[in-house]
Amino acid sequence: MTSEEGRGADAAAIDVAYVARLARIDLTPEEQARFQRQLDEVVAYVRKIREPDTSGIEPTAHAVAVRNVFRDDAPRPGLDRGEVMANAPAVVQGLFRVPQIVE
Amino acid sequence: MAEPVNRALPTAHAALARLRRGECSSEELVRDVLGRIRATDGGIGAYLWVDEEDALGQARAADARRAAGNEGRLLGVPVAVKDVLNVRGQPCTCASRILRGYVAPYDATAVARLRAEGAVFAGRTNMDEFAMGSTTENSAVQVTRNPRDPERVPGGSSGGAAACVAAGEAVVALGTDTGGSIRQPAAFCGCVGLKPSYGRVSRYGLTAFASSLDQIGTLSADVRDAALMLQVMAGADCMDSTCLDAPVPDYGAALRDDLRGMKLGIPREYFVGGLAPEVETPVRAAIEQCRALGAEVAELSLPHTEYAIATYYVIAAAEASANLARFDGVRYGRRARAESDPMTMYCRTRAEGFGAEVKRRVILGTYVLSSGYYDAYYLTAQRVRTLIRRDFEKAFAHCDALLAPVAPSLPWRLGEAADDPLKMYLGDIYTVTANLAGICGMSVPCGSSADGLPVGLQILGPALGEEKVLRVGHAYEASASRPAAGP
Amino acid sequence: MDYIPSIGLEVHVQLRTRSKLFCGCGTRYGAEPNSQVCPVCLGYPGTLPVVNREAVRLTVVTGLMVGSEISPYSKFDRKSYFYPDMPKNFQISQYDRPLCLGGAVAIDVEGASRPIPLKRIHLEEDTAKNTHFEGFSGVDFNRAGVPLMEIVSEPEMHSPEEAFAFLQALKEILLYAGVSDCNLEQGNVRCDVNCSVRPAGSKALGVKTEIKNRNTFREVLHALRHEIARQVGVLEAGGAVGQETLRWDVAAGVTVGMRSKEYAHDYRYFPEPDLLPVALPRAWVEDWRAALPEPPRARRARLAREYGLPEYDAGVLTADPRSADFFEAAARLSPNPKAVSNWIMTEMQRLLAERSLAPSDARITPRALADLVALVDGGTLGSTGAREVFAVLFAEGGDPARIVAERGMAQVSDAGEMGALADRVIAENEAAAADYRKGKQAALQRLVGQVMRLSGGRANPRVVAGLLRERLK
Repeated sequence: MTSEEGRGADAAAIDVAYVARLARIDLTPEEQARFQRQLDEVVAYVRKIREPDTSGIEPTAHAVAVRNVFRDDAPRPGLDRGEVMANAPAVVQGLFRVPQIVE
Repeated sequence: MAEPVNRALPTAHAALARLRRGECSSEELVRDVLGRIRATDGGIGAYLWVDEEDALGQARAADARRAAGNEGRLLGVPVAVKDVLNVRGQPCTCASRILRGYVAPYDATAVARLRAEGAVFAGRTNMDEFAMGSTTENSAVQVTRNPRDPERVPGGSSGGAAACVAAGEAVVALGTDTGGSIRQPAAFCGCVGLKPSYGRVSRYGLTAFASSLDQIGTLSADVRDAALMLQVMAGADCMDSTCLDAPVPDYGAALRDDLRGMKLGIPREYFVGGLAPEVETPVRAAIEQCRALGAEVAELSLPHTEYAIATYYVIAAAEASANLARFDGVRYGRRARAESDPMTMYCRTRAEGFGAEVKRRVILGTYVLSSGYYDAYYLTAQRVRTLIRRDFEKAFAHCDALLAPVAPSLPWRLGEAADDPLKMYLGDIYTVTANLAGICGMSVPCGSSADGLPVGLQILGPALGEEKVLRVGHAYEASASRPAAGP
Repeated sequence: MDYIPSIGLEVHVQLRTRSKLFCGCGTRYGAEPNSQVCPVCLGYPGTLPVVNREAVRLTVVTGLMVGSEISPYSKFDRKSYFYPDMPKNFQISQYDRPLCLGGAVAIDVEGASRPIPLKRIHLEEDTAKNTHFEGFSGVDFNRAGVPLMEIVSEPEMHSPEEAFAFLQALKEILLYAGVSDCNLEQGNVRCDVNCSVRPAGSKALGVKTEIKNRNTFREVLHALRHEIARQVGVLEAGGAVGQETLRWDVAAGVTVGMRSKEYAHDYRYFPEPDLLPVALPRAWVEDWRAALPEPPRARRARLAREYGLPEYDAGVLTADPRSADFFEAAARLSPNPKAVSNWIMTEMQRLLAERSLAPSDARITPRALADLVALVDGGTLGSTGAREVFAVLFAEGGDPARIVAERGMAQVSDAGEMGALADRVIAENEAAAADYRKGKQAALQRLVGQVMRLSGGRANPRVVAGLLRERLK
């Protein structure tokens, strides 16, 4: 069960522009309008989940009821560096090159 | 009534028998499949990628292994792989632009197990991008046509896998099923589609869509091949915490020709409202056939079925939004030209790399997890999921398996449901429940509509109850392909 | 007006495991960039995490050491945010069900002990390391997925010095429990500090700021001193402290706002579907509890009590459990624990520091140290000789008695040989002998010195003094 303050607020309309930014996806104005319309409809539909009485019902987070699955602390060989860097879109001095990170 | 099922299609077990008797070599078998792909795939578009030379090399290695007296349960059999599963040295794009250029450096566990038994990996099949869709029209690469009617969709998301099996362009294919993505295309294309129980087959190497719902399964010409493939793939894996450490029974031994002593349930909620008569008629006939094979058949209720689609789309989208966050153009795949700062790089890379359906679901999933909405959507959906799971637990307390339709309608025409996401989602009503409950399910061809379009019979079994599902499927299939008794 | 600071710490500790938290990659520091990576810790498509049991054990052991409640049910969650050092753009962490809850770390402030309560201890994966170039950055994923334990305190420290004491006490506990190497230079311990000030007499806490990612305890101390003064300055000037995330600029000695935190965060926590919950069997936890080492504070008190050591000695010896272990092993073999303690606190610490060695690197055994103390107490070795022998034992090991014998270092106490030398010295130093007879005690020391010189330093000075006194009566 999760009980974080403010997380149980009543569902309001989806703000596609804001959520797309959270999800790191640029949308064209056309996409934004279309997705807003489509997702308004989908969100309205999925609110159906609030119809059945779920008080006292435990949430199902996993389809299997197993606990305590661990691995031993044993090192295993990883990937060859050449193979790793061959998949990288951009490389600098053995590092994955990215735009400047500002801290 | 029912017409012969897939009599013309190649099967793995028949191919293995010929290989073992020395009637053909793996190289010949693979050449046949490659020839068939060349001849017909231009009009179907099932495959995204085929490496003929590499496939023939694997086939020759299999022949050498057999010559050395080293058998394998799938030695020399070509297996088509859905583009969502990692095969070492091959691309794995999930039919998305964002994974263009990525070469898998490892084998999925299921692939590794098949490889160890001698399977040959010849090509990769089309799908809805990241397995999100029911028509394969969401592929960023190409359209796949239904081999039974090229104006219709093959279903999805494992549409390429179903189409290649149905067209004889593969002996057997791997698919994945998150909400029906194996069973529905199997029904649409007229082949067998098995979705094992959650935790039966390791998900390691399956590019995750919805982690708590995804399973690897097969598309095949018949039930025996489904059993054969499952036998090799099933079982605990130290790379997947959610893969169950449960004994793997002898699935082949479960295949019998009758259903005596079996109790089969017919869920009332799967035969209401939107079910098309062209689908209902053959499914009802198949149920009668099962009764004739000795099964006890009774109606029952799965009362929370009507909430399944809403529950599924909340959970699947939420998990997908996190699973797909890793596609950012930093470590692999395609990056947009945007070097000013990381934020811009992410937003452009993902805008250019994802198609519309993926964007919609990632946005939906991000929304239902975002601050203020978690309890109202995700947590509530998990509670309803419990109710749906309990419905099945109660049902399986009384019966061995359930019989139902796979999809409410016949295969759609290409483009028919494009850009109406909700309409598309509602088509998953009979399949998402198995994923939510973690149980197993299979689609078996059960005849055709008046237009000759295939219809599937869905057989649902309890968690780890694959033997029961395979037994029902096999007995039905065997009876349906026997020439009708008569004068 | 007086202001009371309230300081809370979030301490990230790299656990001492051989492999990463969710995959089998090694955790060695300083390896070639991107050489300790695999599909899992690079966030490749299709990969799944599997929890390292040892990381769970080390976290629970830490909890047991500080008196936390070990959760009967714990789970992992995904914490989503995009950053180039995040392979999956979510971090696997623990949100509402951490492995350990509560507990406290005791600190000594102005002679009194005070427990600083903890909120929780949880387990999570580390991020990759960014390197900055002119106009772009580079990422090394070797560190990505290394197990980190996060220890969160309540905001109940009231001065930078208390925060410093907390970190030192915590480090001692972590070293004792063997859960981390606590190598600060390698970033094994990293701190986020939150801090607010309120006027004395006011109950409500002030607006807090957070200072990210400090690697050394000194930096925490300096950053807090600066930040508290800054906040007090803002309030004194009639302003308001803004809630913000800051970075400590070491060179400039000031706290500055972090630009990367401009985007409001919405971490979208949800249970990690790829990992199953943890419900540790009671028997495991009890086994781990039974194997716990004695906590440093308890050991300090016991060393003082059991071995009659001054508090100061006990404090120095217990700062590193390896020193305390060595002490106890030697002290059990010696009737003179204080002498054993002196050797460890002075010569041993000096030689270790000079050579930047760990206590385990020294070749000397506890038995050898106890024997050395016995040789000194028995009069066989003088202080100079003993230091010489210690240096040999430290560098090469061996048996002190044998070293003394082989090098002819034993003090000469033989009355015949020494008597002859005493007679000679008295005859050659009549003036000094006369001075002593007149009552000048210092003159005797001059004569002793002469005998020592003639013996080549081997004479036992006490014996010599006795012989001289007899002859000069």
